[in-house]
Amino acid sequence: MTDITKDAIAPPRSFLSQDAIQLFYRLLAALLICAVLAVLSDSFLSLGNILNVLRQASLTFFIASGLTLVVLTAGLDLSVGANVALSACIAGTVIHKTGSPALGILTGLACGGIVGLLNGIMVTALRIPSFIATYGMLWVLNGLTYWYMAGETLHGFPAGFRQIGSGYLFGLPIPVYLLLVFLGIGTLFAQRTIWGQEIYAIGANPVAARLSGIPVARRLLLVYAVSGTMAGLASIIFLSRLNSAEADIGESLTLPAIAAVLIGGTSLFGGVGTVFGTFIGALILTLVLNGMNLLSVSANWQPLVTGIIVILAVWLDMKTRRRAQ
Amino acid sequence: MREAAVISQPNPLQRIPGVAMVLVLLIALFSAIAPGFLSVANLSNVLVQSTILTMLALPMTLIIMTEGLDLSMGAVLTLTSLCVAIVSLATKSMLLGLGAGLLVGAAFGIANGWLVAILGIPPFVATLGTLGMAQGLSLIVSDGQSVVGIPHSVRDIYSATLLGVPVPIVMALVTYAAFHGLLYHTRFGTYIFALGGNREALRYAGLSPNRLLIAVYAIGGAMAGIAGLLMTARMNSGHPTAGLGLEFDAIAAVAVGGTSFERGNGWLLGTVLGVIAVGVLRNGLNLISLPSSVQVASVGVLVIVALFLDGLRSRA
Repeated sequence: MTDITKDAIAPPRSFLSQDAIQLFYRLLAALLICAVLAVLSDSFLSLGNILNVLRQASLTFFIASGLTLVVLTAGLDLSVGANVALSACIAGTVIHKTGSPALGILTGLACGGIVGLLNGIMVTALRIPSFIATYGMLWVLNGLTYWYMAGETLHGFPAGFRQIGSGYLFGLPIPVYLLLVFLGIGTLFAQRTIWGQEIYAIGANPVAARLSGIPVARRLLLVYAVSGTMAGLASIIFLSRLNSAEADIGESLTLPAIAAVLIGGTSLFGGVGTVFGTFIGALILTLVLNGMNLLSVSANWQPLVTGIIVILAVWLDMKTRRRAQ
Repeated sequence: MREAAVISQPNPLQRIPGVAMVLVLLIALFSAIAPGFLSVANLSNVLVQSTILTMLALPMTLIIMTEGLDLSMGAVLTLTSLCVAIVSLATKSMLLGLGAGLLVGAAFGIANGWLVAILGIPPFVATLGTLGMAQGLSLIVSDGQSVVGIPHSVRDIYSATLLGVPVPIVMALVTYAAFHGLLYHTRFGTYIFALGGNREALRYAGLSPNRLLIAVYAIGGAMAGIAGLLMTARMNSGHPTAGLGLEFDAIAAVAVGGTSFERGNGWLLGTVLGVIAVGVLRNGLNLISLPSSVQVASVGVLVIVALFLDGLRSRA
């Protein structure tokens, strides 16, 4: 019985190979960007820079991986950046007050998760369209964070805690290991579990999903809570790497995370995309921004370029899908 | 039959209670707890400060009526405000500054409309992309610095009066009259109702929904250009982050004002009352010395509550 349900939910084979081709193109694009940057800049291929790119990409990936699940259900979470800021500030306070990094990490994850859960409740129980509900949440969180911090900066955390964001293990930054772990968990969850497949089904056709007995509201709650918790995780990495927390750290995080998801081939209309694609998306975006940095383009250009990339990615996605149909 | 009902003017009796009640409640609340709230000086201050928001919220109403959204409005306003400042500083001419702001604003509006109508990108993502672009351009043209020393002709716009009425309020009234005429008394207005309610009907009538949609977004961009002039005049400078987030206040005003996000129903007077409600909320919280961060958060809560009620009404 379960096997039949699984077969009915799983996407047809041809779709999977289509996804594989799309992923291959994206890997190719990433390599091409690497080649161009290696020619243009002497310092691109240095070990320090490559590790830096990986570390930066892993930060974007943590936020974007949870967001991928939301986008797979044809939703959007615009509050992730503001969620990172609030979680980081609260986790930082807890570490300062109690001196216990473990307690701080738990609080950060919990704070992110609760915000995500609230987003899920707005989308499911109150039936507010996700982009508007999470956009409202963005401003609520922004307001709360600025009010809570009142212009202060938290600074200076225990050395052990700082290792999470800035330490190395066997020559690789620790965030890169975390990236591999969550890339594995995310991929397994989305591709190899019933819940993951149900998430694809909800995005592909919510009515059919409900009629085939999938508890749509509960899965949506889960998806938004996961997105929030991943923002909480990102806040911990941020806190430990910057060794400080300010109210405005989240403002430039949402657009890159959305860009990574879309470059990675996850469709805004739901049901299509992979967590691995999002990893490639985060890598491509980081490579572009890193390249601009190496070629001494002012950081002022970053929002402009990220905005153009978001629009290009959606447009390309829609074009390839139209052709495939 | 349902289509005909959507295109006709909305029944105001159904809506007046919602937004008017919010406004009356807020005014009663702050009269009681905020000293000095009910003074003439303060109330006229609320109105003058609401003018920039009015100029964004009215076109936002039209855009939301087409089942669209413009998240880039605040960033475009920031950019046009900078353009007004830079051009009027260079040429000493207020009109050239306004022209530059209008041009840049309309260009962004047309780009938004093109992305949404022709490329078919969902509005909230298309305008999120252009938000990034406008924000980036603001940083690039200003190099992250304030533009100061703008000419008096620009600054005076905000403080001058016409027959005893502050010029910004005159501009807001003229804008409202123009939008009211456009939406309720022209064919274009009827088409806007149809863009949200029944796009197919437009196609059968031989009209191009795409061109109409681009026009609606272009109006939004151009209005951000005019609001940019007021913004620069009010701050007496151009600042690369001045208007960021203002699109949210505009969306809040539209939502509180009773325009629906899903059915192509819009009500301009409701939006104006919504703008005043947002203005009263911010002003009142300010008077009882709550920081602007709390104001931002409470506007967020206001939107979520308004949308929740809208959802209840649509199911009822």
